[in-house]
Amino acid sequence: MANEGVDHGRRRFLTATTAVVGGAGALCAAVPFIKTWEPSARAKSAGAPVLADISKVEAGQMINVKWRGMPVFIVNRTAQQIDALKSLDAQLRDPSSSNSNQQPAYARNETRSIKPEWLVVVGICTHLGCSPKFFGELKPEPFDPQWKGGFYCPCHRSRYDLAGRVFSGVPAPANLPVPPYKFMPDGKHILIGVGPEGAA
Amino acid sequence: MRKPIIAASARIGAILLGTLLICGGAIAEEGGLAPANTRVDNIASLQRGARLFFNYCSGCHSLKYVRYSRLAEDLQLSEEDVLSSFAFTGAKIGDLAVSNMPEAKAADWFGKAPPDLSVEARAKGPDWIYNYLKSFYLDETRPVGWNNTVFPGASMPNVLWELQGAQRAVFAKAKPGEDARVEKFETTIPGRQSAAEFDESARDLTAFLEYVGEPAKLKRESMGVWVILYLGFFTFLAWLLKHEYWKDVH
Amino acid sequence: MASVFASIGNWITERAPGLMPVYRKHMTEYYAPKNFNLWYYFGSLALLVLVNQILTGIFLTMFYKPDAAAAFDSVEYIMRDVDWGWLIRYMHEVGASMFFIVVYLHMFRGLMYGSYKKPRELVWILGMLIFLALMAEAFMGYVLPWGNMSFWGAKVIISLFGTIPWIGESLVQWIMGDYNPADATLNRFFSLHVIALPLVLLLLVVLHLAALHEVGSNNPDGVEIKKKKDPVTHIPLDGIGFHPYYTVKDLFGAGFFMIICAFIIFYQPTLGGWFLEPDNFIPANNLLTPADIKPVWYFTPFYAMLRMVPSYLDTAVWGVIVMFLGIFVLFLVPWLDRGMVKSVRYRGTGYKFGLVLFALSFLMLGAVGAGVTSEQIPKWFGPDANATTIENLFGRFWLLVYFASFGGLWAYTYFGWEKTKPVPERVTTHA
Repeated sequence: MANEGVDHGRRRFLTATTAVVGGAGALCAAVPFIKTWEPSARAKSAGAPVLADISKVEAGQMINVKWRGMPVFIVNRTAQQIDALKSLDAQLRDPSSSNSNQQPAYARNETRSIKPEWLVVVGICTHLGCSPKFFGELKPEPFDPQWKGGFYCPCHRSRYDLAGRVFSGVPAPANLPVPPYKFMPDGKHILIGVGPEGAA
Repeated sequence: MRKPIIAASARIGAILLGTLLICGGAIAEEGGLAPANTRVDNIASLQRGARLFFNYCSGCHSLKYVRYSRLAEDLQLSEEDVLSSFAFTGAKIGDLAVSNMPEAKAADWFGKAPPDLSVEARAKGPDWIYNYLKSFYLDETRPVGWNNTVFPGASMPNVLWELQGAQRAVFAKAKPGEDARVEKFETTIPGRQSAAEFDESARDLTAFLEYVGEPAKLKRESMGVWVILYLGFFTFLAWLLKHEYWKDVH
Repeated sequence: MASVFASIGNWITERAPGLMPVYRKHMTEYYAPKNFNLWYYFGSLALLVLVNQILTGIFLTMFYKPDAAAAFDSVEYIMRDVDWGWLIRYMHEVGASMFFIVVYLHMFRGLMYGSYKKPRELVWILGMLIFLALMAEAFMGYVLPWGNMSFWGAKVIISLFGTIPWIGESLVQWIMGDYNPADATLNRFFSLHVIALPLVLLLLVVLHLAALHEVGSNNPDGVEIKKKKDPVTHIPLDGIGFHPYYTVKDLFGAGFFMIICAFIIFYQPTLGGWFLEPDNFIPANNLLTPADIKPVWYFTPFYAMLRMVPSYLDTAVWGVIVMFLGIFVLFLVPWLDRGMVKSVRYRGTGYKFGLVLFALSFLMLGAVGAGVTSEQIPKWFGPDANATTIENLFGRFWLLVYFASFGGLWAYTYFGWEKTKPVPERVTTHA
């Protein structure tokens, strides 16, 4: 095995070049494997936007629609319920919805919604994931003698108002999330999963 | 010194011969079927084929592995077009193209439930499908009134007869102890399309089923070029590296 | 950069001092003969394909459903709905066939250069065990898509065990877990294919390489390079460090091999039906027997052995026995070959003739098993010829040649009929 005239520089160069090109190839080869983990067409289809029929939801009533395996609460709020929202600001953890993770920009308002009457929130308690119960009537409840309507989670007693805003002093850390949604032109349906055109 | 070259050429020759045999075998396998000559990369052909399928076939046959959304993407159609032209079952864009024909009843009515056609082109090959579509003939002895020379005893009527016309079979003289063979077809009722036009329709429908059998085919062929070019470049570098180190070895 | 590696290396060496010497023993200081030719690529290529099968197999298992009612659908789900699923599936399916191409060539190299001879018999035996495990792994893998050929292939092969006297019927039911290949069969094949046999394969490969490294590699001249060492360094004169010389050479070989694989995967993934049969795109149907039940190409020689042996005394077990003997006889080669010369380069003409006949018989039997003969006979002999008789003649002839080449090898070397050429002391290279 002769060692005279070994061009170490050339060897290092060739080794490095081959390693870099090979490494780039290996990374590219890894991409398809990693991408297989993306939601498949089947998952995307099952997670597709859901059309909710609101034509028969009376004032003060709530319907529950499943979207991406999650319950979505749609409430037709009365004028009295909407007016009561302002009075609760002082008791809430995040009255002005400053936590931008919990709602899109178009729901960052007093009523946390596009139209004042219609509340659309994901019905999963932000504490540990139970589904809160709807207590729409403005009457005293065992968990709150001054109850102005909203949601009460039976698991660890978190409370939310009729805009899905979480009360202070309860375990849940954040307001109920508002999913992307929009009103259909016919006025009778809400499409859950897609925001209004141009909105975030 | 020449031995390794001979050995290497022998090996390459064997591979080439083997490839020829494989291709030859594949061609020979047809058994007398006219070639379909489909162009699966011709989007217009696929679109026409899709329209034919959903208008004439989807009443009974499902494509249960095919999503409408994928059709829109691959056939370069809008989702609205796909839903209005292809989805007669009230399906959503992400749904699978399942026929409304109830399977149990279909088995009753036709003797056998119309099979799903998603991978039919992979099981039978495009040539078989193309010839099958063209080989229906009137046959009063069959419950559906039709028979087919490519699939004798098929429980399926000629759904494309309005386009192709109805044809009768002319039988050649039967050899003793054998059934009479069909020599040729004679059109008794002309269809809306000429023979050449119907050939095109059959080809389009076949191309569509071929695409449906393997939607990834177009993508894989265009991708293959880049993969092989990259590998060629890498192998060249690896060879340089090998050659450099092996200068040591005498 | 290099110093970072060095300090990590030192940290490890302080705590596991045996590791670096092991690396040196098996890589930089494993001295392989310098005259390896084309035939010596296939071992590392087999390892490459094994890695491919494991990687792609792991990802396929994430989406495949081992349920008779859902398996076929899940494979189409992978091909269509899973992003890039089609590529993973094709890599796995093409890889399976490439595994056998590589392994058969690797085995042939062993036969050609006498790599099974003392002191490497154990390497050969372990290799044969790998081959057995590989055949089982491939058979079960083909059943998993639960296509019609999966089902009928499973039914035919499992029913072979039914020919065993007395216990046959119960054995078949025990293997299937049902009265026909069914969900129970599919589930257990899934477990064996995904975890049990891969572990066995990995263990055998490690042992195979360990056994090889104990005695050192053979070479195309069949010269024992350890007999001539440098008096000072004790390095074989004809040896070169596996790393970097063969790591670099095998890297090139891998690149070239991957180009061939890429052509197949991207342009002919089923290879015209040879790698993935059209009948397997029909869901498993126990009421619809395929026109031709035949195994995938890599099993066809052995399948032909099975079919060529007729039933006697009301049992078809003889064909089964002959088929298993056809594999088992390969285990015996180190003891059948009594010759002293390893490599075909220096062996007698009779040996070369016998080796060619063996290879030819394997290919011809493969043609019979694949149905090529039954297809071609009407074309060569006319449609009125008795195809079965002609095929039997042809197939049985080559079956006899296959076994005769082993018997012949024994007689040829035992009785000293072989006239060998003088073996050189040092390897010959095409420098």
